[in-house]
Order: sequence, then structure tokens, then C-alpha cells
Amino acid sequence: MIDPASLPPAAQAAALIGVVLLEAMVLYVGYGAAEQAIGDKLIERIKNT
Amino acid sequence: MSLALLALFVGFGLLIGVLFGFFGMGGSFLVTPALLVMGYPSRVAVGSGLAFVFGTSVIATLKHRDLGQVDYKLGVLMIAGTTAGIEVGKEIVLHLEELGMAGSIISVTYVVLLGGIGVFVTYEALKGGDDDDGGVDHDAADAEIDGDDIPDIARTIQSYRVPPMMTLRGGVQVSLWMILGVAFATGLLSGFLGVGGGFIRMPALFYLIGVPVPVAVGTDLFEIVFSGGLGSFLYAMDGGVDLSIVLPLLAGSALGARVGSAATSIVDEGEIKVYFGLMLLGGAVAVAVREIGNVYDIGVFDTVSLVLILGSALLVSGAVVYSSITALRSEAGSSSTIAD
Repeated sequence: MIDPASLPPAAQAAALIGVVLLEAMVLYVGYGAAEQAIGDKLIERIKNT
Repeated sequence: MSLALLALFVGFGLLIGVLFGFFGMGGSFLVTPALLVMGYPSRVAVGSGLAFVFGTSVIATLKHRDLGQVDYKLGVLMIAGTTAGIEVGKEIVLHLEELGMAGSIISVTYVVLLGGIGVFVTYEALKGGDDDDGGVDHDAADAEIDGDDIPDIARTIQSYRVPPMMTLRGGVQVSLWMILGVAFATGLLSGFLGVGGGFIRMPALFYLIGVPVPVAVGTDLFEIVFSGGLGSFLYAMDGGVDLSIVLPLLAGSALGARVGSAATSIVDEGEIKVYFGLMLLGGAVAVAVREIGNVYDIGVFDTVSLVLILGSALLVSGAVVYSSITALRSEAGSSSTIAD
């Protein structure tokens, strides 16, 4: 197991930015799937209320 | 981290996400002052703000790409010109610091520029408001832009046909040198003022180069992915990025950015410009109040400034959501009338 604290600062910084990028991609895909599933129903509901 | 703080960050992220997705700006402009007032050290406030902007811009750019609103060729040229401009802007700041004049000149320039662009954008949008026919056809992102929709300054810039000429989204033709010149100028201001520059770049892409507003927003976001990524990497090397701040903010903004990006295809283009202008005016007043507080050493002005920034952000993002709902309902009303 690699100890993150033992990595050089540039590698630690890259890992941090990688975590942010990974979360962004997961959220993009996750919210995208949610939009596909309920987006049209939600828009129809807004139109009809 | 308490549950209340977690909810606060997610909610704050949602608000910023709507603005970011809609305007292609507003991230660090809002997050960094809020974190400073909450008591985080400057390094963490700026670094975490940049990391958050990076994550949000990735999501918003992907969404705008889905809508065909990112011009990659223009984005790459803008990155090249902006980078050179930022370097020159930084050198000017260092020179002014040696003369002991940096602080006051930067503050005055910031307020004048923010307020000036705000007044200009609002005035132009209100002047041409009646000509807009509402919404933007995203299915035809590469279709020829109507000549009447191109601002006068952009038309003049497009008339300088110095080869090589570039064809951009919307059928816009501009000289490569004009694009690099505009990119350099926006980068210079960005480096001089020490800001991300979305509020300068987005209007510059529309008013100076003449690309349609949604493409200006999408391309601006594409550029922020790179500037935000590099900036947050540099701060992360000095321990300036706190994931306990960034991750919940991003969870909220990812949803908000979807709402904001989708709203650009529903809300009237003229309304986008009015909201953008009003938000810049709110920001200009907030920065002016903060600077007056600093000069006369009045601590409460910092809080007043933050309330003004958050208030205008809340008001404008609320107006974006409200206009989207109203547009959807009127669309439903008109289609049912046609059906009748």
C-alpha cells in the first residue's frame, strides 16, 4: 500500500486534482442518468402545473 | 464536519452551479470571499475555490458539449493568447508593486471594469431586447448566425480579413490574429486583476469576436477547465486544497450546472445578457464596498460585501430558474393553443 504522505508534493497535488476530476465525472454520469430517467417527466410536470 | 456545514456547502454549490452553467462564470468570484469570511486561511480559500471551479467547469463543459456549444478550435486559440496575456499582466502588477501603487490601481480598475461591463451588457440587452425571438436553436449550433445578431464591434473586427481566416461555430469568420489579440487582452486583464476572467472572456467572445452567446459560454467554460486545473494543482502542491470543502460544494454544483446549462436553451438570449449584466453590477458594488472598508479599516464592510455578492447571486440564479419555468409553461400554453 502506498502512503500518500510519502509521495512528492507534485504527485500528491495530482492525486488531489484526480479525486476532484473523478468526482466530477461520477456526478456528471450519475446526474445524467437521473436526468434521462426523470427529466422529461419533471419538465412535463412543470409545464402542466 | 457537521451535517449543517455539509448541507450549507451542498446548497451553496447548487446556487453557484446554476450561475456557472448559465453564464460560464461566477465560481471563485463567489466561493473564495465566502470561505474567507468563514475563517479559512487565504491559501485554502483560494486553492479550494480554484479546485471547485475546476470540477464544476468539467461538468458544465461536458453538458455544453452535449448541446453543441463548445468551439474547441476557438478554445485552444483563446488558451494560447490568454496565457501570454496573463504573464504580461502579472509583470505589470509586479512593476506597480515596486512603485507601491498596485493595490489602489487594481481595485479601481476591477470596480470600473466589472461595473462598466455590467452597464454595457445590460444596456445592449435592453436596447435589443425586443428583437430577440426567444431561445437558441441548439440543434443547429453550426448554422449560419444572423448578421443582425452580431454586435457592431464584432462586425468591425470580423471585417479585418488578415490571413489566416478561421471559421468558427455559427459560421463566424475571423482572422486568427484578431482572436489571439482579443485573447491576449482578456488574459492581460485577468493577470492584472488576479481573477479567473470568465466575466471578461464571455462578453469578449460575444461582443468582440461575434460568436453566439451559448457558444461563448461553452467555450469560456472549456478554457476554465485548463486554467482552473492548473491553478488548483499549483495551490494543492502547497496544501491549499481542502477536499472536505471541495467535494460537498461540487456535489451541489454538479446538479446546479445541469440546471443552468439546460436553462440557456430555454431562456431568451436577451434575458441571459440582462441577468449577466445585473450580476456584474452587484459584484462591482460589492467589491467597491469591500475596498472602502479596507481603506477606512471598517471590518463590517467585508460582511456587507459578502451579503451583496451572495444576495445578487441568489437573486440572479432564482431569476434564471423562474424564467426557465415561465418559458416552459408559456411554450406548453402556445403549443396547446396551436393544437386547439
